[in-house]
Amino acid sequence: MSKSVVIRGGRVVDAYGERAADVLIDDGRIAAVSDRGDLTADLVLDAGGCVVAPGLVDLHTHLRQPGKEEAETIETGARAAALGGFTCVLAMPNTSPPIDSAGVAREVLELGRGTCCDVRTSAAITVGRQGTQLTPMAELAGLGVRFFTDDGSGVQDGRLMRRAMEYATGLGVTLAQHCEDDVLAAGGAMNEGAWSSRLGIPGQPAEAEEVMVMRDVALARLTGARVHFQHLSTRRSVDLVAAAKAEGLPATCEVTPHHFTLTDERCSTYDPVFKVNPPLRTDDDVAAVRAGLAGGTVDCIATDHAPHAPETKEAPFDQAPPGMLGLETALALALTQLGLPIDQALGLLSWRPSAILGVAEVHGGPIEPGRRANLCVVDPAARWTVDPAALASRSRNTPYAGMTLTGRVRHTLLAGEPVVIDAEAQR
Amino acid sequence: MKHLLGIEDLDGDDIEHLLTLTDSFVEVGKRRMPKVPALQGRTVTWLFYEDSTRTRLSFEQAAKRLSADTLSFSVSASSVKKGESLRDTVETIEAMGVDAIVVRHGSAGVPRQITQWVSGSVINAGDGWHEHPTQALLDCFTIREHLGGVGGLRIAIVGDVKHSRVARSDAWAFTKLGAQVTLVAPPTLLPPSLDGWPVRASHDLDAVLGDVDVVYLLRMQRERMTEALVPSLREYTACYGLTRRRVDRLGDKAIVMHPGPMNRGVEIAADVADLPRSVVVDQVRNGVAVRMAVLFDLLGSGRGLVTVADQPQGSTLT
Amino acid sequence: MAERERRSTPPFGGVFHARTQVLDADDVRRAVWRMAHEIIEHNHGLDEVVLIGLQTGGVMFAEALGEALEKIDGTRPPLGSLDVAFHRDDIGLRPVLPTAVTDIPVDLTGQVVVLVDDVLFTGRTIRAALDAVHTYGRPRAIQLAVMVDRGHRELPIRPDYIGKNLPTRRDEVVNATLESVELGEVVKER
Repeated sequence: MSKSVVIRGGRVVDAYGERAADVLIDDGRIAAVSDRGDLTADLVLDAGGCVVAPGLVDLHTHLRQPGKEEAETIETGARAAALGGFTCVLAMPNTSPPIDSAGVAREVLELGRGTCCDVRTSAAITVGRQGTQLTPMAELAGLGVRFFTDDGSGVQDGRLMRRAMEYATGLGVTLAQHCEDDVLAAGGAMNEGAWSSRLGIPGQPAEAEEVMVMRDVALARLTGARVHFQHLSTRRSVDLVAAAKAEGLPATCEVTPHHFTLTDERCSTYDPVFKVNPPLRTDDDVAAVRAGLAGGTVDCIATDHAPHAPETKEAPFDQAPPGMLGLETALALALTQLGLPIDQALGLLSWRPSAILGVAEVHGGPIEPGRRANLCVVDPAARWTVDPAALASRSRNTPYAGMTLTGRVRHTLLAGEPVVIDAEAQR
Repeated sequence: MKHLLGIEDLDGDDIEHLLTLTDSFVEVGKRRMPKVPALQGRTVTWLFYEDSTRTRLSFEQAAKRLSADTLSFSVSASSVKKGESLRDTVETIEAMGVDAIVVRHGSAGVPRQITQWVSGSVINAGDGWHEHPTQALLDCFTIREHLGGVGGLRIAIVGDVKHSRVARSDAWAFTKLGAQVTLVAPPTLLPPSLDGWPVRASHDLDAVLGDVDVVYLLRMQRERMTEALVPSLREYTACYGLTRRRVDRLGDKAIVMHPGPMNRGVEIAADVADLPRSVVVDQVRNGVAVRMAVLFDLLGSGRGLVTVADQPQGSTLT
Repeated sequence: MAERERRSTPPFGGVFHARTQVLDADDVRRAVWRMAHEIIEHNHGLDEVVLIGLQTGGVMFAEALGEALEKIDGTRPPLGSLDVAFHRDDIGLRPVLPTAVTDIPVDLTGQVVVLVDDVLFTGRTIRAALDAVHTYGRPRAIQLAVMVDRGHRELPIRPDYIGKNLPTRRDEVVNATLESVELGEVVKER
């Protein structure tokens, strides 16, 4: 029999509004929400000065297991997620072996059970992510897989992508695309532009992302498929999705915190921590992405949390693997860098991605009695310094190392159980 | 100055200082015994990930003429093939106690990355497409030797600028000394953006040639054709090669330069390479003196030392 | 100027401030004249004699000696200048940069080299000069002419020709030019 919990003294914020209230959790569900101050429970969690919100949902996390456990495991990634306020993450399939079969999908889901977070998994669109043959989507959907992506790379072959979309519409699942035309990108290690020219680093142009967004919008129109564009990073990409939506196409998109806070100028130190795919772009792109988030064209924030073992990020810039950590810093950045009211910022991290993933029943939902208690308690004023060694992730590759951020998770509850108390993981 | 990572980090005065220091080392090179004990007891290490006999030998000659000890880290050998990371390699060298590491690598930024793992000086001998500062310094010195100085000159840098660390370093050095630089190349061989570069660009070599004091030719690598950057070497040479006909249109005093090794018949006609106005041999000769100046400046000149107050009560040199 | 002293004495790069004049221009001229005679006498003429002034203070004295020798003997020995920066023993401990040109116009093998400096102090500059000279050949002999010997030797170096013996305190600074020899100190540049 699990303990009952009361979250006391906070301000409840969800998709329906804001109100000062205490929240009582019992048997994994929200039992009561009241501002009378008379709720009691076995465990009291102090939420003074804090916001009580639905747990965050990340549509884009690399948990690295199976295959790259030295960088992260499902357990350590889930812990990092919980500390970041996430109660649900969607694992990306570019593991080793890739998640392109029921067997590997099952293994990932199994490893996710009992961790600090509700670990869901995506699966690859093509076998081995090789881009030539479709994965057994129906079988995978039977296991609960709702999202298919070859993330890590994009599906290069237009005809194959069309077939995948047609097939997917029959199953009611979403295809997500890492938009990067390999030929145009041609191994560029950063954004092609003034900075790459000055630094002497081979670059990839914005167009390498945009041509694939353009193509998939056209294919979505042709097939009627539901397409989710992952980690968009340029002004024109956002504009293309806006136009697609205006047309009525069921397209959605996400943006990462690093793409709304950092630019390609950061690469001037040649520190591979700033190497990522898609690369950090220009000031104008950052402005466009932020405007997209504020205006609704961009549906949600997703971290693209991409751990890499420290020694791999000590290689020369063009040889280092691309990717940055994100789970533990996303919330603070969303709360402080976008200039949005707190409910809108939380929405971008919680109920909106939850709806896209199709888990709105259990995550991101309004805080009302009867709902599954997947919650986070956030102190929006807490200042903390990002220390790579102190992060729960096994890896250290955060571009915010040494920076002081404002906004921190105090408690996280997963299905009613406190997995983070006073910013410390309980599991 | 603790490291020499790129000309971009230097100002005109720094460059002039190194050129003046080079004069002293040119004189040393003319002595019967061209060796001074200035860096006795110091150790300089070569860390060359890219093959480069001429640059390495030039540095080695420079170090030896300064009486420094040298260590050569052979990268083609086992440890790197076994997957030893850059950091581990550098920390191994550091543990042996070296005063300077001279590094050449195929990836831009490696010398800067290395500075965080070593206590000594790092000298960039070429990093990817980024910079080759000692080449630019010896180029400036050679121009000064033949034309009296660099300021006010019109210099054309011709060829594959996009992939050339020599072009980047030279563009910085020449402009910081007050020259006017024009890059001449087909659009595919210019960097994607020239924002922030204090240079002009042209696709027409013939239009530029009448008005230059220095023609600096870059090596045209044969591999560029497979990347569809130029249709053929023949077309490249027709448009951008310094042929006899073109060189005859240059002013009397104009000089022709090349960082070497030359592709005779491609960027430079075979007979042009041997003309008196082609100063390639001087560039190589000056390379040793320039590198001596750099090594001395970083390791011997004490410029980085705190000069006032707390000095040991030892004797002074008089 | 007491350039070398100024550069190697704390506060480095300060300014010389004179307190007493020890010799005036006439005194200096007479001393140079006397040393010239001594050089001719000691070497039985000027055959194979080469004058080398140490940068920067010694060069003017080497030139003055050359003129005097020509007046006395009718011949003017070859004149060179030498900057010993690269041969110093305190490289890495002090700011060290060559201040001026080194120009040795003849092969020194078999020659009698007369090093000329303005002030002889610890002897370390001369040691460096001995080292440097050997990179230009193997002289038959090396002799030393100084305008002022101020004592405080740290090495077994002794001058052959002395303009003026001047006992000093360690912290004092001597400035010798063709116009005067002054005693003073180095103060921090404002």
